Amino acid sequence: MQNVNWVALSVFVLLFGFITWLGFAAAHWRKGDLGQLHEWGLAGRRFGTLITWFLVGGDLYTAYTFIAVPALAFGAGAVAFFAVPYTVAVYPLLFLVFPRLWHVCHKHGYITAGDFVRGRYGNRWLALAITVTGIVATMPYIALQLVGLQVVIGGLGLSGTGLVADLPLVIAFLVLAAFTYSSGLRAPASIAIVKDILIYITAFAAVIAIPIQLGGFGRIFAAVPHDKLLLAVPGPNNTGAYGAYATLALGSALALLLYPHSLTAIFSASSGRAIRRNAALLPGYSLMLGLLALVGFFALGAGVAQLPEFAAGFRQFGNNFAVPALFLHSFPDWFVGVAFAAIGIGALVPAAIMSIAAANLYTRNIHCEFINRHPTPQQEAQLAKWVSLIVKAGALVFILFVPTKFAIYLQLLGGIWIIQTLPTLMIGAYTRWLNDWALLAGWAIGTYAGTAMAISQDLKPAYPLKLGDWSLPGYTAFYTLILNLGVAVVLTLVLNALGAGKPAADETVAADYRA
Amino acid sequence: MEYCGSDMDNSGDKRGERSTWSWWYLLFLVQFVAVLWPPFYNKAEPALLGMPFFYWYQLTCVVVAAVMTAIIYVITER
Repeated sequence: MQNVNWVALSVFVLLFGFITWLGFAAAHWRKGDLGQLHEWGLAGRRFGTLITWFLVGGDLYTAYTFIAVPALAFGAGAVAFFAVPYTVAVYPLLFLVFPRLWHVCHKHGYITAGDFVRGRYGNRWLALAITVTGIVATMPYIALQLVGLQVVIGGLGLSGTGLVADLPLVIAFLVLAAFTYSSGLRAPASIAIVKDILIYITAFAAVIAIPIQLGGFGRIFAAVPHDKLLLAVPGPNNTGAYGAYATLALGSALALLLYPHSLTAIFSASSGRAIRRNAALLPGYSLMLGLLALVGFFALGAGVAQLPEFAAGFRQFGNNFAVPALFLHSFPDWFVGVAFAAIGIGALVPAAIMSIAAANLYTRNIHCEFINRHPTPQQEAQLAKWVSLIVKAGALVFILFVPTKFAIYLQLLGGIWIIQTLPTLMIGAYTRWLNDWALLAGWAIGTYAGTAMAISQDLKPAYPLKLGDWSLPGYTAFYTLILNLGVAVVLTLVLNALGAGKPAADETVAADYRA
Repeated sequence: MEYCGSDMDNSGDKRGERSTWSWWYLLFLVQFVAVLWPPFYNKAEPALLGMPFFYWYQLTCVVVAAVMTAIIYVITER
């Protein structure tokens, strides 16, 4: 503990104390009966345009994003900028598809994607597949938030051996677990306001002050190795880095809103209109993410990796230490505290929403479907609260005892798995033409193929697809989504031709999807 | 107190949220193609304030896409 940055640590602890108080106080905000699952788990669907902006922004642009995207720029260069087309492509989807899902879920009191699938397709096994996929994809994502927290705690100089080393993380986690349990979704929503303001201040300070210190963008980009400044131009009969970049952006965009934590934040909006407005307002965060990606280049320009005081940090956290090191190098101590608090609190907001989303899914679509079919509303909400604790404890144990790289691998696989729910959820928001068993088969084949392809590439996101003479390296999730859709369409046609496809009752009607 | 959901009451919804397809949605295709076709922008020149084209072009796309989405919202919400 010899190199503790006391000024930064004090500011950090002060801000953490404030959001802890806020998280508990949030139980009284727009007060509802927290003994009801839709009040605990969706905050009564009462958030207007502005709170939805803070909540969804705080949820989708996670602490890990703010650490990992600049780290990728720092290590790999231009390819890290895929985060920008990714977050451009996601908002038309939010605008077009998700207000429809919001309306039908509002109308029928659906809280989770599983609820919607059960009502729409009347098939509990398809609903179970969607539910399990959501929970499994979310777990490593929660663990990754803790990685972001771990890196800034390390940056503050808190280190030690054995259990002492993990103590700050465990404390942060207990705080998170306690306020999520007591306040539900209201806690991350109120904390997101603080977190997002801090993140914006940090990002703009970094993007304005650091280039001035370093002598302008020209000098910074001159420090980037030439082959990393742009994407490599593909050779003949090969889509190369171009195809990989575009499919990574598009596949990530298609997957993002299917995650349970995305849906939970979207469903808590008060109207379809609030969601559409946010499709125009949320790119504010994309701009900030793009600017933060540049911070990875600033770290190269400042040469932080060569400075002896950061050697230990880079050894422990790899390139993920680039941003904390740059902040420590460039900012006064008190502002380092603000910036690290922004990232640390930025880990708690999505982690809270993710655990709530997973708890809602388990409660509604596994417990109430397969174990206890008729719980009282109080039992249902109480169960969800307990499950949110278990989910978080699982993520904590994972981070403490399993090497970080496995959380990263699993999160990558999570993206491949969650995109397999797209045909059921997004196409299901428009039409019930696809047969539910065909959807289940497409999901199973897509999940299996995606997992096998990713493992065959040592868990790298791109798969070198060969078609005739052409080589098409691209994002595995994107390719397996096409496979999944193909299976679903062909099997639907086959089942219809066999006359076997007499679908179960659809409890929704076309008008439910509109205002 | 706009922030705690001033549009939570249903009056907004009843004012007739558009429910059908609008040709204006095709404008979204422009933003898709603009950012998902790297040959458009994978070059260093012209640089802006020392920032290669690749970077400032994509950042500009974020702003343009947001403005276009706002325009589509206003038009289709009428």
